[in-house]
Amino acid sequence: MLAYIIRRFFYAIPILIGVNMITFALFFVVNTPDDMARMQLGAKHVTPAAIEKWKQARGYDRPLLYNEQQQGLSRVTDTIFFDKSVRLFAFQFGEADNGRHIGHDIRERMWPSLAIAIPTLLLGLLVTITVSMLLVFFRATYIEFTGVILLVMLMSISTLFYIIGGQYLFGKLLHLAPISGYQDGWDAWRFTILPVIIGVIGGLGSGSRWYRTLFLEEIGKDYVRTARAKGLTEMRVLFRHVLRNAMIPILTGVVVVLPTLFMGSLILESFFGIPGLGSYTIDAIRSQDFAIVRAMVFLGSVLYILGLLLTDISYTLVDPRVRLS
Amino acid sequence: MIKPVFLWTDMLIFVLVAVVIGFVFYARHHEHLRAPWRQVFRSRIGVASLLVLSVYVLIALLDSVHFRLPLETQTSGQQVQQSQQQDYYSVEVLSLLDLALGSLRDQSEKTYSAPLATELFARETVELTDGGQQRIYPRLQYGGAHLENPSTDRGADLLQRSVVAVMIGLLVWLVLMTPLLWLLARQRGLTLASMLDNILHQREAVPWFIVLLVTALLLVLIMLVAWLAPYYHLFGTDKVGQDVLYQALKSVRTALAIGTLTTLIMLPFAVLLGILAGYFRGWIDDVIQYLYTTLNSIPGVLLIAAAVLMLQVYIDSHPALFATDAERADMRLLFLCMILGITSWTGLCRLLRGETMKVREVEYIQAATAFGVRSSRIISRHILPNVMHIVLISVVLDFSGLVLAEAVLSYVGVGVDPSMHSWGNMINSARLEMAREPMVWWALVAAFVFMFVLVLAANLFSDVVRDAFDPRLRKG
Repeated sequence: MLAYIIRRFFYAIPILIGVNMITFALFFVVNTPDDMARMQLGAKHVTPAAIEKWKQARGYDRPLLYNEQQQGLSRVTDTIFFDKSVRLFAFQFGEADNGRHIGHDIRERMWPSLAIAIPTLLLGLLVTITVSMLLVFFRATYIEFTGVILLVMLMSISTLFYIIGGQYLFGKLLHLAPISGYQDGWDAWRFTILPVIIGVIGGLGSGSRWYRTLFLEEIGKDYVRTARAKGLTEMRVLFRHVLRNAMIPILTGVVVVLPTLFMGSLILESFFGIPGLGSYTIDAIRSQDFAIVRAMVFLGSVLYILGLLLTDISYTLVDPRVRLS
Repeated sequence: MIKPVFLWTDMLIFVLVAVVIGFVFYARHHEHLRAPWRQVFRSRIGVASLLVLSVYVLIALLDSVHFRLPLETQTSGQQVQQSQQQDYYSVEVLSLLDLALGSLRDQSEKTYSAPLATELFARETVELTDGGQQRIYPRLQYGGAHLENPSTDRGADLLQRSVVAVMIGLLVWLVLMTPLLWLLARQRGLTLASMLDNILHQREAVPWFIVLLVTALLLVLIMLVAWLAPYYHLFGTDKVGQDVLYQALKSVRTALAIGTLTTLIMLPFAVLLGILAGYFRGWIDDVIQYLYTTLNSIPGVLLIAAAVLMLQVYIDSHPALFATDAERADMRLLFLCMILGITSWTGLCRLLRGETMKVREVEYIQAATAFGVRSSRIISRHILPNVMHIVLISVVLDFSGLVLAEAVLSYVGVGVDPSMHSWGNMINSARLEMAREPMVWWALVAAFVFMFVLVLAANLFSDVVRDAFDPRLRKG
């Protein structure tokens, strides 16, 4: 097991290097630091001197890959590539274009993101499994048919409309929840409840449909027939036998997204004004702060790869038939 | 003379249409392809959603033929000279849809007005003839302008026009459907009456009853719009007074372009790499797996954002490349399709790799290998046709997701060009109007209705297609 984890860990390294190469190419080769400076300074203030100053202040004035003016090892280390890209591997994110510490911001903004993401995940799992179980219980009736059509309708509505509609209904008409904002500590629940509900409803359609097919696949198997032959009630068959076996794909599907919960939800957070990593990313994109975008790309990739690793491990934990090789 | 404008996405859309037509002709002669399609056409949901989708496709195709109108020459004296030199064209790029909606495009009001309103949404100070001033809701320039006394006449006028529209819609429906029924009856050697009886009692394999019903609904709806829209703003007007219905209709093409062109662009890569990885295995498989895991691990929105920002810098620094705004916006749309393709091909590639691995172990392919058939031939003759159903299913499944993604990306600010009509842009600008009191809701409702119907139809259709083509789900 340990050997497997270590080996998988080494597999991750070339992937991270690849991600790093792609982002480096996108941010520094396709689009040179001069372009960035011009964009940040705005059309009015572009002079060669101003561009030089902007680049110098942020360390973009060095050569890309190889610095001929330096001696020894710093020929390689005193370059944009080393400073801006290689340092990411040590999770040194450096400073944003507006001078703030990215690492510090990420550590601070992680918590509001999690305060939304974890309840959404847990509540969503509960609601989704319940709905799909009910559909399977009423299979081949008009209740199921209507239910599935309703789920397809839920799927066909853009998240943006759920958010706008929810804010209007609960925030503006009923005054049940604040429209946006955030507060640290235990009072946060007042601000998180609406985004969580909307997040759950937004994922209900596709989630329930997927779980329903999983349950239906299980229900045709021999052990289910045996369980029925023993005289178990349908409820017991579904919850004791079918649910347990269908939990394997459900759990692994959850595990793969666990690490990326840190990244937060882009639009939910920005609509509700929650100071998490999702809104951090959107603000960075809108203000074209490439240092932050680069850091988030790297962080996102690391978490994704971590998710893949956790999935593989969890497979072996919940399903003894799977052997690691 | 008008000057045709060939936008990149237009050409790709027509390539796609050609591919689809070619596929239809190919499938007609192959029973294994006809059978699943027959199942699609026999499903009620299948035909209903297909009819709704075809209306959207028609709008998008009309909106994909672009041209520039010539500018009128100023004076008769210069005319001779000018025609010898060259013609001058308007910088505005129009499409056939613009011509069809002529009045909708031009009839701009001053600012917001509610759906079917005859007055502006906000009070304005107006100079009276006797010199005094008054705060009133001014009449609209176009909306309900034909009415003498809007407050009393509007309801009756609306009702009258709607009734006429419904009648005409039903008339057109009768004119269109009678020959169809007659043809069907003749094919089966029945009288028209007994054919109708069969359809009403659903004794036909194809659910003609649903076809008739949905066509009637769609025609009535189209006629209602056609009869009311020239006189009223059906979905109101936006901040600069532009008709919201016009914007929603123009957005159809953007949504369909993103939903289909993205797939068209990524398909060759996904199919080729997926099959190569599954067929050759070994180091080729390793390289391709590495490629898609790496691309997959970059958060999609961030990759798109980075790429679109880069493109924006490029466009801004090379303004001379694009003759008109439309061409510039089109370039961005195409680029967005490409980058969405890059982020979305990995799923299909992985599926194809797995399926190819299974298929290549089948006996007839091993026999072909033993006979010394070249790999390229095995792939094209045996493997490709056997994994095609996966490609088709994932193309149809991806469509609705891409349409929804456009709205989110436009919200983030990395979607289509802000000057391009799209539902995402409509939502984005309407979002700020939510805070107004009383609320300006119609732009949101219009975007919601158009998007919801399209995505719902696409979702339902894709379910039917998947049920028909997936061998695991196929009955019997």
